[in-house]
Amino acid sequence: MEHFLSLLTKSVFIENMALAYFLGMCSFLAVSQKVKTSAGLGAAVVFVLAVTCPLNSAIYHGLLKEDSYFLNGIDLSFLNFLTFIGTIAAVVQIVEMALEKHAPALYSALGVFLPLIAVNCAILGASLFMVDRDYHVVDSAVFGFGSGLGFALAIVALAAIREKMHYSDVPAGLRGLGITFIVTGLMAIGFMMFGGISL
Amino acid sequence: MAKKAKEVLFDPLLNSNPIAVQVLGVCSALAVTSKLETAIVMSIALTVVVALSNFSISLIRDRIPSSIRIIVMLTIIASLVIITDQVLKAFVYDVATQLSVFVGLIITNCIVMGRAEAYAMQNEPWPSFIDGVGNGLGYSLILISVGFVRELFGAGKVLGISVMPLVTEGGWYTPNGLMVLSPAAFFLIAVAIWIMRTINPTLVEEK
Repeated sequence: MEHFLSLLTKSVFIENMALAYFLGMCSFLAVSQKVKTSAGLGAAVVFVLAVTCPLNSAIYHGLLKEDSYFLNGIDLSFLNFLTFIGTIAAVVQIVEMALEKHAPALYSALGVFLPLIAVNCAILGASLFMVDRDYHVVDSAVFGFGSGLGFALAIVALAAIREKMHYSDVPAGLRGLGITFIVTGLMAIGFMMFGGISL
Repeated sequence: MAKKAKEVLFDPLLNSNPIAVQVLGVCSALAVTSKLETAIVMSIALTVVVALSNFSISLIRDRIPSSIRIIVMLTIIASLVIITDQVLKAFVYDVATQLSVFVGLIITNCIVMGRAEAYAMQNEPWPSFIDGVGNGLGYSLILISVGFVRELFGAGKVLGISVMPLVTEGGWYTPNGLMVLSPAAFFLIAVAIWIMRTINPTLVEEK
């Protein structure tokens, strides 16, 4: 239990997807104008990461890696990228259809963000980190959920800052994108203090 | 045609730079620039992938049903990235290990998808190829300049060769610790954006 708790804390704060590894930056910068929409994206990311990460882990340990469960002795790990991105695209599609049918309220809240997520680097990145660090299936479920939570936390915080920034007088050349970069940089410095925590 | 090709090639360097103006492919730009060497390898890898994916997607653009185009593009791009990854691992293993997951993340790099969707789907293969090279170069321009500044001021070196001897090694330069840390990349890209928008004021955003 303690192991999972520390893994969760680590993936939310210390190894924050957005602010420590800069994954998912495109949507991080583009969809952080308003707190409400960014919370929607954050929720969708948590959801998709928590599903795809253990699923990819199961596929990797079951089929792809060299001494895998089902195909022992055949090294298919060069197919990692193709398989993972396929799984992610498929899961996003299925999740979208299932939500539309069974949870219309949640669907209309997450709606537009779900397709965007298939090409969010944070999702694929989490699966690749999972391979890199040798997490097994349960570990990667915790890791996926935690990473999603970290991303959601960061994007909501950035959106809140950007909403307030409407009132400030930013130099013309930095307006919009430029100042967002600087704010994100400062937030990243803030998050670096978590790096000192050892679990 | 000759002039148009030139425009397609050089426009993405400044006027529509993928990172600073279109805001595509920022993730990798931040993570791999702490050293010039990794930045250069990453730039080459991305330029190759964008150019080839634009070319191949444009070749079959009339045959892709629009409802499944995303997955077709992703498959093409992922195959190209696998090849790139294998080549990097075979020839520059050290750098490939340093880049770790970021080679794989070229698949979801928005520059590749963005250019495929915005340009290759509507244009002939040859101009698409040039557009890919141009955007790759625009990306490389930012990546290499950020990598250069970070390595120079963070470690006093360029490409691993000491330019400003460090205090710890008996020289005079005290390295700037911030430059080695990742937030520095944000600040440097913000500065790059600022410079580009000062040169070309039409890019300044509405308040």
